[in-house]
Amino acid sequence: MLLAYVLKRLFWSIPFMFAVSLVAFALIQAPPGDFVTSLAATLAQSGDVVEQARLDALRERYGLDQPFLVQYWRWITGVLHGDFGQSFEWNQPVSDLIWERMGLSVVLAIATLLFTWAIAFPVGIYSAVKKYSIGDYIISAIGFIGLSIPNFLLGLVLMYIAVVHFGSDTSGLFSEQYQQAPWSWDKFIDLLKHLWIPVIILGTSSTASLIRIMRANLLDELHKPYVTTARAKGLSEWHLLVKYPVRLALNPFVSTIGWAFPQLVSGSVIISYVLSLPTAGPLLLQALLAQDMYLAGAFILLLCCLSVFGMIVSDILLAIIDPRIRYR
Amino acid sequence: MTAETPVIEVKNLVTEFATRRGPFRAVDNVSFKLMPGKTLCLVGESGSGKSVTARSILQIVDPPGRIMSGQILLNRHMTRRGRSETADTLDLAALNPRSSAIRAIRGRDIAMIFQEPMSSLSPVHTIGNQIGEAIRLHENVSKAEARARTIELLRKVEIPNADKTIDRYPFEYSGGMRQRAMIAMALACNPGVLIADEPTTALDVTTQAEILSLIKKLQDDEGMAVLFITHDMGVVAEIADEVAVMRFGKLVEHGDTISIFENPQHDYTKMLLGSVKQLDRPAPRRLARRAEHPPGNTLLDVEGLKKTFFIDSGSFFRKGDELHAVNNVTLTLRSGENLGIVGESGSGKSTLGRCIMRVYDISGGAIRYTDRDGMTSDLATLPDRSLMAARRDLRMVFQDPFASLNPRMTVAQLIGEPLLVNGVLSGKALNDRVAELLGLVGLPATAMERYPHAFSGGQRQRIGIARAIALEPRIIIADEATSALDVSLRSQVLDLLLELQERLDLSFIFISHDIAVIRYFCDRVAVMYKGRIVEEGPTEEVCSRPVHPYTQSLLSAVPHPDPRMRGTRVRTRYREQA
Repeated sequence: MLLAYVLKRLFWSIPFMFAVSLVAFALIQAPPGDFVTSLAATLAQSGDVVEQARLDALRERYGLDQPFLVQYWRWITGVLHGDFGQSFEWNQPVSDLIWERMGLSVVLAIATLLFTWAIAFPVGIYSAVKKYSIGDYIISAIGFIGLSIPNFLLGLVLMYIAVVHFGSDTSGLFSEQYQQAPWSWDKFIDLLKHLWIPVIILGTSSTASLIRIMRANLLDELHKPYVTTARAKGLSEWHLLVKYPVRLALNPFVSTIGWAFPQLVSGSVIISYVLSLPTAGPLLLQALLAQDMYLAGAFILLLCCLSVFGMIVSDILLAIIDPRIRYR
Repeated sequence: MTAETPVIEVKNLVTEFATRRGPFRAVDNVSFKLMPGKTLCLVGESGSGKSVTARSILQIVDPPGRIMSGQILLNRHMTRRGRSETADTLDLAALNPRSSAIRAIRGRDIAMIFQEPMSSLSPVHTIGNQIGEAIRLHENVSKAEARARTIELLRKVEIPNADKTIDRYPFEYSGGMRQRAMIAMALACNPGVLIADEPTTALDVTTQAEILSLIKKLQDDEGMAVLFITHDMGVVAEIADEVAVMRFGKLVEHGDTISIFENPQHDYTKMLLGSVKQLDRPAPRRLARRAEHPPGNTLLDVEGLKKTFFIDSGSFFRKGDELHAVNNVTLTLRSGENLGIVGESGSGKSTLGRCIMRVYDISGGAIRYTDRDGMTSDLATLPDRSLMAARRDLRMVFQDPFASLNPRMTVAQLIGEPLLVNGVLSGKALNDRVAELLGLVGLPATAMERYPHAFSGGQRQRIGIARAIALEPRIIIADEATSALDVSLRSQVLDLLLELQERLDLSFIFISHDIAVIRYFCDRVAVMYKGRIVEEGPTEEVCSRPVHPYTQSLLSAVPHPDPRMRGTRVRTRYREQA
């Protein structure tokens, strides 16, 4: 039953991914003009006059004069072979540019997700079980502050504290000596040293909202009749709490995987600028501004893949923890 | 001496709930004894404190509830498992609700089953897991052993294919099977006392009869003491050895079953029994009225009505199943007549009512309605726009008086809405009409400015009725209109409906699962089973001489509020031939 459900989910994701890729391609084509137009504009600014014939030649070379569907077909068949096309702006294959940045983005996203859960899960349970206690009020107050502080402000404050009080280098994800170095254990340790600031900044508001969600869900479950049944069996309060209501309040937690991934990548653009992190966000923004369509397209497609993947993972996890979903 | 010693002795129990207005005493100085092998029925209407009493025994009252004083003495040497000559008495009220001492009692010496078999089991754990947990909590056995015993228990409560169904989830069980599983869980450690809190209230009568006889049989086998909480005097007459009547947290009367039924002392007990007995016969008022005004012309003629639901199979390639919720139903309703539709849950009786109102689009058949001018039209084929007029003549009263009134609207807005929507009245005239309608249903005009939460269940149902009669309809479809009400309120509401019938010349289609209510209120009754009408006729005739085997089984399962009739009737189970 569960296997059938998983296979069905995976099967349906294939046509869905194609639809998503079509939309992604349409989106990057949507702004007026193309890369050649913005190139001409940049050149014109520096005083160069570009002949129309040269622009047309450029268009022809990149296939920009072809109809939309033809361009899409060329692009998507390339993508299936791992070729994301050429970045106009960087004059490099897109795949050389994106993987490291995507990788770091995903590492950052997963680290933030784990941080969020590690804090929100126990704190949310405490807050629900000790409803209206002093601890609950303090947690709620901190939670609301966490929700309302803008990320970039928190980033600046944390950077200030880290630099002034701890004297640590806070910009980027690596120290200077490791920036170009190949991956090694030391480089990984160095990454961890830098990771905590963006993780806290990115995780604060989602932690705060997850605490609220966990608290509200658990409060709903705590007084359900099946809890009374379990109590009447003679189960101790702690085992009872963990086995029954917490288990049922878990669903929204798992659902967060689905939306956390894309949100973390796209939502971290500002933070990445502030902290100058070598993640996908800043490069995506730059590519969009320059109408560097293959680069932007690759990012958007990968982001969409991540969301679809996140949704599948959360759906499968939900099916595992809640049999009612599996059998429908 | 052993025969005289109770298993549990509750002495002067007081349980209070802290509220903002000071403590609310839910259980007020209650004392009773539970004897081994005997059943004590705790009777009372909603809010009388009977459930809190039961929960106090196990110390599982939800906060802010707290036992304030009194004793709950458990004589452990009287339970089957701990039987010995030396006295071993424990005061449960003195234990901390979170202590391991009370946890060792819960589920082991005293087990409990609850009203809602669906929500009382965890939806995400298998039945076997939940029952096995109860065993392993109190006894040092291996997982395999616990599983074997769970299968044994499931067999004992007559669940088919126990070795397979043990791994199923509660939502794969029917309501009756879930309650059986609950009972199996309660019996897991051979408790000396079983507390059953309205265990059959959410079940159909035929299922109820099976569960009751199962509990009885297990009690005889195990010699358990049973504390059975119910509001249904029929059930009490069927199973109780002793009866305790509760009202406003106090025990008002206590005695053996026969003397309580035949010689009640307290006014409240008399009233309770009176309203039950009153419902067990045709309403005199209705009979008198029919003698004077026999039912007139045919108002509504339903022919071959069908409603099919399509169930999505969840797969793109497979076609979904069809469910014939209403299958070829033919009915007539004459003016000034009350037609009852009786059936168990899932029989399609509510769907039928909604089809007649055209809340649902129907799949086939005709609903011919004759209006005031003698014009007959087929509601089944009318477009929505033309239905407006017919819908003013056909109104509905719903089951749940809490859910069917918008909590954000005042009573005046609720009752006035149909008048306003249909553009009949507005402003001052509307207000006057609402006041008049409130008077008709026996509520003061001062109720107008208040919100529904300020009223009790019975009063809310009156508001719902006032809303239904606002447009001077001719037919009212009442879908389980009295099911959510306490028994003493039921007859009041039914009498109100009969009075309105006389004053406003109404006809009723009364949908219910409760035979007693149908018998009181309806001239004719149609028995529904799996979407079909299996029997139809004058109420008294169907009730006293049922022809169809399903009707016979339904009637045989209805508990009779007379303890002397206990065991005199043979219960039959209807199984459809495939």
